[in-house]
Amino acid sequence: MKIIVCIKQVPDAKDVRLDPETNTLDREGVQSIMNPYDQHAVEEAVCLKEQLGGEVTVLSMGPPQAEEVLKQAISCGADNAVLISDRAFAGADTWATSYTLAKAVEKIGEFDLILCGKQAIDGDTAQVGPGLAIQLDIPFVTCIQKIREASDTELVMERMMDDGYDVLAADYPMLLTVVKDINQPRVPSLKGKMKAKKVQIRVLSAEDVGADSAKIGLAGSPTQVVDVFPPPPRGERSILTGTIDEQIEQLVEKLAVYL
Amino acid sequence: MDYFLTEEQSMIVEIAKQITDEQIIPNRAELDEKDEFPREILENMGKADLFGVPIPEEYGGFGGGCLDIVLALEQLGRGCIGVATAFAASSLGIYPIMISGSDEMKQKYLPDIAAGKKFAAFGLTEANAGSDASGIQTTAVLDGDEWVLNGTKQWITNGGEAQIYTVVAITDRSRGARGASMFVVEEGDPGFSCGPKEKKMGIRASSTTELIFKDCRIPADRLIGRKGTGFITVMKTLDSSRPGIAALGLGIGQACIDEATTYAKQRVQFNKPIIGFQAIQHILADMAIQLEASRALVYASAKHIDAHPKDMSKVSSMCKVMATDMAMKVSTDAVQVMGGYGYMREYPVEKMMRDAKILQIYEGTNQVQRNVIGQELNKEYSRK
Repeated sequence: MKIIVCIKQVPDAKDVRLDPETNTLDREGVQSIMNPYDQHAVEEAVCLKEQLGGEVTVLSMGPPQAEEVLKQAISCGADNAVLISDRAFAGADTWATSYTLAKAVEKIGEFDLILCGKQAIDGDTAQVGPGLAIQLDIPFVTCIQKIREASDTELVMERMMDDGYDVLAADYPMLLTVVKDINQPRVPSLKGKMKAKKVQIRVLSAEDVGADSAKIGLAGSPTQVVDVFPPPPRGERSILTGTIDEQIEQLVEKLAVYL
Repeated sequence: MDYFLTEEQSMIVEIAKQITDEQIIPNRAELDEKDEFPREILENMGKADLFGVPIPEEYGGFGGGCLDIVLALEQLGRGCIGVATAFAASSLGIYPIMISGSDEMKQKYLPDIAAGKKFAAFGLTEANAGSDASGIQTTAVLDGDEWVLNGTKQWITNGGEAQIYTVVAITDRSRGARGASMFVVEEGDPGFSCGPKEKKMGIRASSTTELIFKDCRIPADRLIGRKGTGFITVMKTLDSSRPGIAALGLGIGQACIDEATTYAKQRVQFNKPIIGFQAIQHILADMAIQLEASRALVYASAKHIDAHPKDMSKVSSMCKVMATDMAMKVSTDAVQVMGGYGYMREYPVEKMMRDAKILQIYEGTNQVQRNVIGQELNKEYSRK
């Protein structure tokens, strides 16, 4: 079984601040981490490999320092790592990113399954996983909370819904995005860390993956960010007390003001 | 302070730190409250290769030295020495095999321990054989191609949880110290059982039970090393393992300073944080001095021991005494700095103070360690 996991290096959400003057992310002194959802995708891929055999390739698009998250994935059990890195990719929106990742996947070659985190915690769009599947013309299922059965021919899984979950079965090839409930990512092992130290990460440029320069980076991105602003502060809040009847009475009084 | 660790040593610290922060610290209060053995956490330590650190590479481990295991235990001890004791006791249980066992025996037992698939335990102490190990009553008699063990071991860490037990028994009482031998007993061997879990003051996540041998029959090849070498193996085992206990003291010391200093910065009395008062600052300063001095001795001792010196017993006793006496003092001080809050179970230093006490007692009381140091000094100066 050949599995590809797409991972992203993101700023640690605990440290992120918005610069009040420019309304852009203030990244100074902010630590970079592997997108938390992607850690669960890597773990699930490694678990499937342990169960069915095969290999796990982790793929990331980003600047050279994104090698760190690829090495982290290797230390947690992934076998190979590919970084697609090129100045021409800068400013890509989710469409251009999906296209670029698809070109890289084609370059990597055969695969049965692609796993992605549900979304990245910096952009929060949840679009790249489905976008990649569309680009590759393969089926996808989002928000997987559990893989119930795995075989060489199909997966039976649970998709998280607002009011419970769906049970689905699908044949390979397919792309899944996963939520955090799916597993508990392992601590890197000492053997894994030793391997990550020595691993040669394959770095591919726009040219290497044969990407159309009109479809990548800022130029290839239909999305334009017009404005970034912090949400307005919430209005005044109060908590009603007393018996239910008293609280209802108070609520009606408050609402009456708006009539 | 930077001890300029190697890249591999830094990796061991990172892994142990992550397990401590993510798995041990959030669960330690509940494990303590419920006397619960941390099986899942230990299995995760196995998957992360921590059990393999002291085991030679040819048996599935990393061939790490004393300093490597000290670094791992210091981190684990910072979280909970109950959990860390369960981990350390498994290493203690296999040291006799690593020190005196045959290659076949090592092949049979070490890979599963290295992978964290099985746990080990070390059975020396008995009701009448504590500091004075010569009081051992448990016997082993060869009957055909089987050894028959009879007797009861007391206060054995990982009792009832381990699958592999290394046990000291008398094979020839007339030969005194040369009449003891060590054996491997496996869970499920006929005539072997474990008593109920002891109720303890601290390190309650670890399991402590009796090991009971009633005509327990084991194959002849379970003898570790040669007959009559049991005491030598025991002494070498304890020489190797004591710096690990010292490391647990460092872990507690660090945790207590972290907790007490953080608290002192937040706690306001007389209109200022109490860390602004010299009375508090001096307590914290003394805690930090004692911790750093102990850490320096433990790390230096571990490096020294890695060179297999002749004075290993003395050095390993010295670091055990210093770091564990420090842990008791510093944990008591942390409770004092935090006052009433420190005494409450809501805050972790109450548990740390209870836990710290065992470090001065087990793997040889600190009084026995001082005997060892004194005797070694006496011998050294007799030679001069």
